[in-house]
Amino acid sequence: MAVEKRVRFKSWWLPWVLIAPQMAIILVFFFWPAAQALYYSVLQQDAFGTSVEFVGLDNFRALWGDESYLASFKITAIFSFWVAALGLVLSLVLAVMADRVVKASRWYRTLLVVPYAVAPSVAGIMWVFMFAPSVGVVSYGLGLLGTEWNHLLDGTQAMILVVLAAVWNQISYNFLFFLAGLQSIPKSLIEAAAIDGAGPWRRFWTVQFPLLTPTTFFLLVINIIYVFIGTFGIIDTATSGGPGQDTSILVYKVYFDGFKALDLGASATQSVVLMVILVVLTVIQFRYVERRVHY
Amino acid sequence: MIENRPLASFLAHLTLLIGVLVIGLPLYMTFVASTHTAEAIVQQVPMPLLPGDNFVESYRLALFGGQTRTGGTLPPAGPMMLVSLVTALVIAVGKIAISLLSAFAVVYFRFPLRGLVFWMIFVTLMLPVEVRILPTYQVVSDLGMLNTYAGLTIPLIASATATFLFRQFFLTVPDELVEAARVDGAGPMRFFKDVLVPLSSTSIAALFVIQFIYGWNQYLWPLLMTTSEDMYPIVMGIRRMLATSDAATEWNAVMATAMLAMIPPSLVVLLMYRWFVKGLVDTEK
Repeated sequence: MAVEKRVRFKSWWLPWVLIAPQMAIILVFFFWPAAQALYYSVLQQDAFGTSVEFVGLDNFRALWGDESYLASFKITAIFSFWVAALGLVLSLVLAVMADRVVKASRWYRTLLVVPYAVAPSVAGIMWVFMFAPSVGVVSYGLGLLGTEWNHLLDGTQAMILVVLAAVWNQISYNFLFFLAGLQSIPKSLIEAAAIDGAGPWRRFWTVQFPLLTPTTFFLLVINIIYVFIGTFGIIDTATSGGPGQDTSILVYKVYFDGFKALDLGASATQSVVLMVILVVLTVIQFRYVERRVHY
Repeated sequence: MIENRPLASFLAHLTLLIGVLVIGLPLYMTFVASTHTAEAIVQQVPMPLLPGDNFVESYRLALFGGQTRTGGTLPPAGPMMLVSLVTALVIAVGKIAISLLSAFAVVYFRFPLRGLVFWMIFVTLMLPVEVRILPTYQVVSDLGMLNTYAGLTIPLIASATATFLFRQFFLTVPDELVEAARVDGAGPMRFFKDVLVPLSSTSIAALFVIQFIYGWNQYLWPLLMTTSEDMYPIVMGIRRMLATSDAATEWNAVMATAMLAMIPPSLVVLLMYRWFVKGLVDTEK
């Protein structure tokens, strides 16, 4: 596909008018705040906001020495790992099955995409309701099995709860991409393998799964980005980062330190760290997409 | 299917059925809870597992608000749904409109700093509101946009994804169309309005589904910048209906509100399924 048009319109002012709305919004609401975050991350403000001094990278050093921040990093990593691992495995299984049952797959597909439309905050409430220690159905069932469930007290259980809600919320997305990936594999390849005597199990591991590697890698990055920025609503409604700080992921901490604890410098410094992480993830995603297009 | 294996097909159906049941469980429980009284949910152990007969009353309480058992008041969800609807529509239409214009400028004109402009739009992908919470709040506050529709929507309207999508599409539009338009004496805006936009209708529909859901489901941004109850979108307002303890929460109304919060975006996905899938796939290219 051409990257440039051969035929163009000529006007020195019209293109500027056309991009003006987008540029205005980007400058005012994206670049200016991002620059502010960078600016505040190298300043130190006293408790009353009366004096400000330049402190270089001291805020970042302080962050590195802050145990609750390091804990939040670890929590985000654990959260990402489980959401990505569970979400990808479950959706891949469902996609492979849906790819097999051609006739009814429409029905399953329709039902499986609904979670995508549910807001993370609402998903958090729905899951917290099922696991509520006193009224929840699942917590009641777990009680019958001998497991006392109380995510308000048990950090591990709180983590399990938000992982389940996040996996549920993201499963439609993973499923649709896996299904599209499976359906784009030429039927002749599968047939050739079948003629050579490979059964469904063997065919999956030697033909389909290798061809799905780009999709899997792409979804892995998307899921990590989702955990980093998309799960705020789940955390806020399901656990509010608790108990203690056991589910306080990085984004939640930026919010909490900035708006609840009113620690401007710390919040800005954390914002900058998050931006760097996101830049890295986006670059990985786009480098990879280049390859995916050429396949 | 390659070969006929009844057992494998049976297993596939079984797995899918279990998957659908597990994934549908939260939805089902939400619906069931919304058809009972708050007392039934809290007092029965376990809570009822089949729909009850309090449907009308629960939804009336959720939509119009009212008294709780413990004497508190529940905010009405009706006005919140309206806020959500306006916000989602403005965000979706706004994103599409300004992205169409920017993509048109970038593809069909040559102007100084075009590369820089393109790069700046790209960088916004890495700067979602979640990573610049406090400074963005300050900007909106300085501009006096707290608690307004402008504040809820405009900062979210810039869209690198939509701009790229339209750019990709415009690059596939044959150059002959521009030449034909020129021969007919049409200027650039005429070409844009009468040729380019109609040709983009499928992409526009696909983007609309994705961006409508994006707008409807915004949580963090309204949480920061709305303090007045009449500007709460529903997915955020529902948070405030949770009482401090499980037992004191008016679960039937909360769950009815959850249903109300997910019905519009679900309908958009299901009714525009084809465009939804296209939108998902295209926006990730």
